[in-house]
Amino acid sequence: MKNKRIESLEKVATPRKFPDGATYRSISMAGTSQLALELGVSAREIDISALDRDIVPERYARNMKSFTTRDQKTLLESCVTVVGNGGLGGTVAETLARIGVGSLILIDGDSFEESNLNRQLFSTEALIDQPKAVAAADRITSVNATIQVTHHCCNLEDGNAHKLIAGSDVTADCLDNLPTRFTLQKASQTAGIPMVSAAVGGHSGHLTTIFPEDRGLELIFGPPEEAVNLKGAEQSLGNLPFTVTTVAALECAEIVKIILQKDSPLRNRLLIIDLNDYTFETLRLV
Amino acid sequence: MSEIIDLRLFATLQKFNPVSPDTFAITPGVTVRDMLEQLGVPIEKAKLIFVNGLKKDLDVTLKGGERVGIFPPVGGG
Repeated sequence: MKNKRIESLEKVATPRKFPDGATYRSISMAGTSQLALELGVSAREIDISALDRDIVPERYARNMKSFTTRDQKTLLESCVTVVGNGGLGGTVAETLARIGVGSLILIDGDSFEESNLNRQLFSTEALIDQPKAVAAADRITSVNATIQVTHHCCNLEDGNAHKLIAGSDVTADCLDNLPTRFTLQKASQTAGIPMVSAAVGGHSGHLTTIFPEDRGLELIFGPPEEAVNLKGAEQSLGNLPFTVTTVAALECAEIVKIILQKDSPLRNRLLIIDLNDYTFETLRLV
Repeated sequence: MSEIIDLRLFATLQKFNPVSPDTFAITPGVTVRDMLEQLGVPIEKAKLIFVNGLKKDLDVTLKGGERVGIFPPVGGG
């Protein structure tokens, strides 16, 4: 079976050139689909086997040079849970699907409202009143059908969090309220999963990484029992699309670093951005 | 005698920035709390206080020459 897969891959691989002239072997989407059908396995498994043979799925060709085929394989074998599929979560989910994080768990209990249209990537006029998690899953599948997507149209709570995030390599906090951020942190830490936490308001945003043994959110928002009543500054600042997209992109850069175990520059640190004057500062929390 | 600090108030606190925040004059020994009160900043909003890139609390004293950042955390997604 394994030999047959290798033989088939070698047959469909075609030589191509990177923009700098270096050569590589490529497998097209059609090639992947055909082999998945023939061999009765998922397209993602075919792409993973291809990367094992240094054959690059063409959809990831521009990831190469920055990533090795081994890095790309690691991403394809990884799972990220994106909690909140609105502004931050929409862009985070789409970016992770495009870069090739192989499994995504999407969690959001809300439906789109008109006031979401200024910034939430998956919101469209046609999808007002429709569940965000369903829209997210549909969009991800249309961008990269090889990704294994699971979606949950419910809010994360103490009672369901552990089950919903099980199997994740990283959780992405893209939430819009403090109590649920603390709920996700607790569940992630209990399960031994690193969490990347982002927040935005107006022209400002911040981002940090929390490992299981870290103090985490209380270093930013204060103790949970006080913080749950804290009104974030975003309530008087609104939410701007370029801030949301910038912070979501930074969140993805950090998630990918953690998955590839290169480093985690934001552990116990807070990256603060302010697009009023283009401040980007990384501050030590401990 | 006064000394100069580089002060930055972010997000909702931006409106309390003095005229030239990067050359803001303080009396050495002043606490961040006292300085913010003089500027009219609501103390409960000054959740994140950074001096020279390190997290500190309201009672940290300044001697001059520091970079001070005050940030109210945001929570939107």
